Formats: sequence, C-alpha cells, structure tokens
Amino acid sequence: MNFFTKAFWLQFSSPKTFYPVAGKLIPVFMTVTIVLTFIGLYYGFVLAPPDYQQGDSYRIMFIHVPAAWMSMWIYIVMCIFAIIGMVWRTRLSDMMAGALAPTGAMFAFLALWTGALWGKPTWGTYWVWDARLTSELILLFLYFGFIALRAAIDDPQRAARASALLACVGVINVPIIYFSVKWWNTLHQGASVGLTQKATMADSMLTAMMVMSFAFWAYTFAVAFMRVRNEILEREKNSAWVAETFSQKEGGSK
Amino acid sequence: MIAVFRWLIWREFSLALRRKAEVLTALLFFVIVVSLFPLGIGPEIDTLREIAPGVLWVAALLASMLSLNRLFADDYIDGTLEQLIISSQPLALLVFGKILIHWVLTGLPLVLISPILGMQLGMDADSIIILMLTLLIGTPVLSLIGAVGAGLTLGVRGGGVLLSLLILPLYIPVLIFGAGAVESAQAGLGVEAHFSLLSAFLTGSLILAPLGAAAALRISLD
Repeated sequence: MNFFTKAFWLQFSSPKTFYPVAGKLIPVFMTVTIVLTFIGLYYGFVLAPPDYQQGDSYRIMFIHVPAAWMSMWIYIVMCIFAIIGMVWRTRLSDMMAGALAPTGAMFAFLALWTGALWGKPTWGTYWVWDARLTSELILLFLYFGFIALRAAIDDPQRAARASALLACVGVINVPIIYFSVKWWNTLHQGASVGLTQKATMADSMLTAMMVMSFAFWAYTFAVAFMRVRNEILEREKNSAWVAETFSQKEGGSK
Repeated sequence: MIAVFRWLIWREFSLALRRKAEVLTALLFFVIVVSLFPLGIGPEIDTLREIAPGVLWVAALLASMLSLNRLFADDYIDGTLEQLIISSQPLALLVFGKILIHWVLTGLPLVLISPILGMQLGMDADSIIILMLTLLIGTPVLSLIGAVGAGLTLGVRGGGVLLSLLILPLYIPVLIFGAGAVESAQAGLGVEAHFSLLSAFLTGSLILAPLGAAAALRISLD
C-alpha cells in the first residue's frame, strides 16, 4: 500500500471505503480528545499562574479562545468540503460539510457563552455590541442558515449544491471576525497569540491553549465522523455493501 | 444581448405596473413600521432623533426583504424562469435586470420617502441628506444579496422564513455602516469611511451577486 499515490487517497472519497475507516478512527480521536482535554485543563487550571489583573477569571480563556478558533476554522473547512463537493460531485465531501456544521455552530455558541461569562467580571457586562462579538454572532447565524437550508431541501444533491453556495457566500464573514479587533478598535482586546510575533502570555498558558485546541480538533473529527457514518448508512441503506456489513455483524464475525 | 436586456426591463416594468398593490406594499410596510416606533417608545423627540438612523435602516431592511419572495416566485411558477435559463443569453445578466427592477420598484421608493420619515423622527436636514445617500447606496446591496437567497429558497417549503434566516445575517454589515454613517453625521463626525465601505459593498455585490443568484437559480431548477 503506497501512501503517496493519488489512488490511495482517492479511495477514501467512496462512502463504502470511508465507512469502516471512520469507524476505526472515531475511538482514536475520542481517546486523543479526552487525554488532551485533561492535559490542557491541568495546564490551564493548575500550572498556569493567575493573571496579574484578572486573577483566576481569565482561565475560561482556555475554553473560549480554542472554541472561537474552531468556530472559524470549521466554517472554512466546511466551505472547502462544500466546494470540493460542488466541483467534483463527490458525495462524501458534501456529507462532511453537513456533518461539520452542527459542531461549528456548537463552538460558535460556546465561544459566545464563555465570552459572556468572562465579560461579566472583567468588563462588567455579559454582552457588548463590539465588532468581534457581533461578527461571531453572525457566524452562529450563518451556521444556523446553512443547517436550516440543508434541512429544508429534500433532494440531497440539490441540498448539497444550494448549501455549498450559501457557505461560499458566508465565508466572507470569517476574515471579518478574525481581523475585527484590528479594524475596529472596540472593547474586545487584540490577539495575544499569533504567527508573526511572540505570544504575549506565559508559556504554560500558551501550552494549555494549544493543547486545548488540539483536543477540540480531535473532538471535531470524532463527532463529524460519527455523523458522516450515520449519513452514509441513511443514504446508502439500499446498497449491497451496507446489507453485507450488517449481516456480518449479526453473524458475529466482523 | 442588449435587446434582450431591454426586453426584460420592459417586461418587468409592465408586469409591475399591472400589480401596483404589490409595489406599494413594501413602501407602506416601511412607513407603518417607522410610525410604530414613536407609539411604542413615546413621543420624546430627543429619544426619537437618537434612534432614528437605526429605526429607519432596520425598517428599510425588513421592507426590502419582504418583497424578495416575489422576485423569482411568479416566473418560477409560470415557467418563464426555465425559459430564461435555457436562453442563449447569460443568465447573470438577466438576473441582474430583474434585481435592478426589483430595486427600482422597492428600494428606490424607500429612499425617496425616507426624508419625510426622518423629519417625523426629528432628524435635522444634514443628517437626512446623509440618510438618503446611505439608503441610495445601501438598498441596492440589499436587493443584490437578497437575490442569492431568493434563488436558493425558490420552491423550498417554508421558503419565506428560511429566506430571512439566510439573508439577515448577510445584511448586518450594510445595516451597521448605513446606520453608522447617519449616526456619525448626527454627532458631527466624518462619514467618509462609512461611505467608502458601503460603496465597496455595492461594487462587490454588483459583480458577485448576479453570478451567485444565477448559480442559485440553476441549482433550484436543476
């Protein structure tokens, strides 16, 4: 088996091949999620020093920042899958886009919720109409729109193409969220972590944040694969391989 | 190509003139929604002046969204849309013609009536001019973006509610900078930045939205 040939990778675009592979990967990603979450939270809650201004309340950042990152990344990844699905008409890409949307919406909500909890002791208010908060809220609405449009159209192919177009229109919002703290000088502070400059925080805080975002990535893959497997079974329930897989399982010789 | 475009414009106009009530609905909606605010909030003119930009912009946004359902619906039902799609002319151009007429019939009246409503809410003359200008640049963007959503939700059950869910988030930037410009003008601050951004939205959506709406129609009528 050659890992570097195109054919090796392309075979996973077939639902039939992908189904068992995803099934094997889900426990792996779930384990990674649990282990990394424990490490990340240990770093964040125990090893990281209290902030000299905010005391301990800043520690919600170890959930908030990775969740906000994920909400933006998942939208981009979802959009890429949607475009691949639209261009090459691969069913699996569309299923991935659909499977990522609820997780993305969950992370956008989590970012807003944890942000509100952090904002109360720090800014003195749960919510302000700040540029970044507003654009993150728009992102949540965009996820809802994407999910609702898919749910409203019965024909899977039409739903795939319509939602792909919508995802492409909405992806304009992602750079707006990311750069909002630079473009509008409103309440939300600028980024403390970036590729171009050294992070302006203690190393243990940075470690906690990074570990937590890897944990969230692993979680995203795990739940997205679960949804995709369900979707595959739903769409291919009449095909021979599904019948074969399940008759084997019942026979006990998986 | 130009002849077809001219024919489409003529057709849309004559259709609209035979259904005057529909054209007036959006305008009346705009007037009524704006008039509700003094009733709900109270007649203090200082408060009203303060909220006027936001109220007028939100009402304009809802009024223009209200009429979006009709943009393609009738042509979809009687089969005209299919003929437009299989015609040899670029679909984006035809869609652009439809959007243009939609704006002339629903967006432009809002712009023209906005000074009266602005005066009702106690705005001064300078802010009213700014308000009209922002609406003049902003409402075409609403029609353009809305057309993509109208195309996507064509023939989908519960299309009307779904349309607002898809479109309203995309309207928010226009709302922020449109109402923001008027607020800055009221506060005596510069409005160039707001106008630059609004014009950028208009330019961008003029180019991309007809293509997007054409793609959406092709998907819907596949």
